[in-house]
Amino acid sequence: MMRLRAKDLDRCVGCQLCMYACSRRQGKIGTEHSGILAVSLSGFERGATVIFCRACERPPCAEVCPTGALVPRKGGGVRYAESRCMGCGNCVDACTLGAIFRRRDGKVSVCVHCGYCVSFCAHGVLEYSEAEA
Amino acid sequence: MRSRVLFINLSSYEHWSEDFEVEEWLGGVGAGIRLLREHAGRAEPLSEGNAVVLSTGQFTPAYPMASKCVGMFRSPLTGTLGESHAGGRVATSIANAGYLAVVILGRAEEPVYVVVENDRVHFRDARAIWRVRDSIVVGRIIAKREGGAGVRSVLRIGAAGCSMVRYACVNTETYRHFGRLGMGAVFGSKNLKALVISGRGSFTPERLSCYRRIYREIFSRITSWKEAKKYYTLGTAANVQPLNEMRSLPSLNLRQTHLEGAENISGEAFAERVLGRRVACSHCPVACIHIGALRVPYGDEPYFYKTLMVGYDYELIYSLGSMLGIRSAGEVLRLINQVERLGMDAISAGVALAWATEALERRLVSRRETIEELKFGRVEGYIKATEHLASGANEFYRALGMGVEHASKIYGGEEFALSFGGNEMPGYCTGYGSYIGYLIGSRHSHLDAGGYELDQKLAKEGKELSPEELVDTLVRREVEKQLLSTLVVCFFARSIYTPELVATAFEPLGMEVSPGELMQIAERIYAEKQRYRGELGFSMDRLRVPERALKQEALGRSLSREYVERALRYFAERYL
Repeated sequence: MMRLRAKDLDRCVGCQLCMYACSRRQGKIGTEHSGILAVSLSGFERGATVIFCRACERPPCAEVCPTGALVPRKGGGVRYAESRCMGCGNCVDACTLGAIFRRRDGKVSVCVHCGYCVSFCAHGVLEYSEAEA
Repeated sequence: MRSRVLFINLSSYEHWSEDFEVEEWLGGVGAGIRLLREHAGRAEPLSEGNAVVLSTGQFTPAYPMASKCVGMFRSPLTGTLGESHAGGRVATSIANAGYLAVVILGRAEEPVYVVVENDRVHFRDARAIWRVRDSIVVGRIIAKREGGAGVRSVLRIGAAGCSMVRYACVNTETYRHFGRLGMGAVFGSKNLKALVISGRGSFTPERLSCYRRIYREIFSRITSWKEAKKYYTLGTAANVQPLNEMRSLPSLNLRQTHLEGAENISGEAFAERVLGRRVACSHCPVACIHIGALRVPYGDEPYFYKTLMVGYDYELIYSLGSMLGIRSAGEVLRLINQVERLGMDAISAGVALAWATEALERRLVSRRETIEELKFGRVEGYIKATEHLASGANEFYRALGMGVEHASKIYGGEEFALSFGGNEMPGYCTGYGSYIGYLIGSRHSHLDAGGYELDQKLAKEGKELSPEELVDTLVRREVEKQLLSTLVVCFFARSIYTPELVATAFEPLGMEVSPGELMQIAERIYAEKQRYRGELGFSMDRLRVPERALKQEALGRSLSREYVERALRYFAERYL
C-alpha cells in the first residue's frame, strides 16, 4: 500500500501547489477540498512546511468518528466516505497534527494518500512510496 | 466566472457584495480601473472619498503564476492613478474567499483593522496597535489573534503609512508589498491599520478533464522553462552586475551609471554571502523571493546577536545600495530591513535619501534640516534618517515625505531630483525607452512598458527609433501588459501565457474569448486608464525630465531634451 510522505520538509517554499493539486484531484478549483496545508512557520522568515495526514496505524480520527465516515486504511491513515460524514468535527479535534480541515459545509478535507500532489511538488518536499509492513 | 466584489465601507462599518461585468473588463487592472473610477471619482487622495481596490483575475486560483493582486487608488504621491501589484497570498486569499475584488471605501472614525473570512467581515479595534511602528510586528500581532494560517493574507502598514508619507507602502506576508505610489498612506488616511483576508475556496470548472489537461500543460511549461532559472537562482538581483558593466546602474543619485565595488552588492555576492532561504507566492512553483540572513551584533554586550531575515530584489539593491553608494551586502540588507519595517516604498525612500544627500553636500540644506550627517556610502546616517522620514520629524522630512519633486521645489536641486511624473525613478537608466516609458506610463513605472528591455534590445540590434516610433512601441508594449495584468499573471511568466494559451485556458472555466478579443479588452483598459488619469488632472505640461538623467550617456549614446519633448508632444496628440 502506497502512502504520501514528507521527504524533506525543510525544502518547502510554501508555494501551495500541493493544495491546489489536492482540490483539483477532487474536481475543484481552490483550496477548500484540500487535505494538505502549506503554511509558513509563524511567518516566512522561518520558512514553510506542509501539514498532512502521517498515516497513523491506529488513527484517532477514525476512533472518534460516530458514523463510520472515516475508517482505517490498510497501510495507515484513513479512507473518507464523505456521504456518511455528519460534520460533527470530532476528527478535527482528535488529530494531533491538525491535519483534518473543516469545510464550510461542515464536512472535512483529509489526505487519503492518493499521491496526486507529489507530481506537482517542484521542490522535493513530498514523496509517494510503499508503506512499511 | 467569479464576479463578486466585496465592498467595505469604513465610515459606516458596513459591507455588501455586488456583481461585476467581467465579460467586458475581466479582472485585475480591468476590474480595478472600472471600480476605482466609479467609486473614487475625483476625490482627493487622502480624503474619505478615495477608494482602494484590490483586484484578482479569472485565472486566480485556477492556474499557477496568476497570483498577483492589483491595488488601485488615487495616488497621494502623483495625484493621479495609483496602481501597485503585490504577490504573496493576497490574490489567492481574495479569490478563495469567493471574490473577484475587494473595494475599501470611507474612513473609520477610530483606528481599525478589518478581517474578511469568506462571507463574514469583522471590524476590529486597532487603537492599541496604531502606533506600532514596525509593520512586521503589526503582522505578527494580528496573525496571532486571527485564524486562517496558510490561507490568509495580512496587509498592514507601519509608521510611514500612519503618518501618511506619500510613498508609504502596504506590506503583506512580510516580503511582498503594494510598494509604489502610496497605498500605505491611503490606508493611513482611512484609519485602516490592516486588512486580513482569509478564505478556503471551492469552484467547479465547466470542463474538468480539459481543465486538468491545460493545467498540467502550463505547469510543465513553467517547470521546464529555462528562463525561470534566472528568477530562482539569483533572483532579480542578477541584474546588478550586467547593468553595472553596461554603465546602466544608477549610482550616487545618478551622478554615475557605474559603481566601483558594485560586485560586492551583486546578485552573486548576495547569494554567496547572505542568501538564507527562498520562498514562493501562493500557487507559483518558481520561488523567486530571496531572503537574506544577516547576523547583527548588539554593540553593548559581547556574544549577543540578532539574526535578521530580509527580502532583497534588484530594485532595492539599486535604491538603497548603489544610489546611496553602499557597497556591502550586509549594509544594504540593514537598510532594506529598516525601510521594510517602517513601511515605505524602498525605491522612493532610496531616491529621496540620495537627493537629500546631494542637497546637503551642495548646501541647499543644512544639518538643521537633515538632522543626520548624510554621506554617500555611510549607512548609519541613512538608517537614522529613515526614522525621521517615516515620522515626519521636521518640516524638511515632511516635505521629503511628499516626494523628491515636492521637496526640490521648496529647497532647490530640481535638476537632480530624480522623479518622473512625480514618482521616484526606478533602477534603470538605459536611455529614451526607460525615461520616456516612466513619463508616459500609466503608473510611471518601469513595468508599464518595460522600456529598459527595449533600450537594450535596440542597442544590441544597433537600431534607433524616431521619437514617434518609440512612443508607439512603448504604448503597444504597455497595452500588451494590460492583458497579463488583467489576468494577474506574473510578468515573469509573460513568455508562457501567450494570448493563444490564455484563450485556451479560459475554455474549461466556461468563458469563450479569442486572442483578438483579449487584445481588444487590453486596449479598452489602457484607454480607460488614460481617460481616468486625464480626469484626475494628468497632463503632459506637468511632466519634467530631470536634467541629471539627460546628462548621462545611456548605452553609449548621449541624450537630447529635444528628442524627449518631441516624444511627449506626440504622445499627447496621439494617445491622450
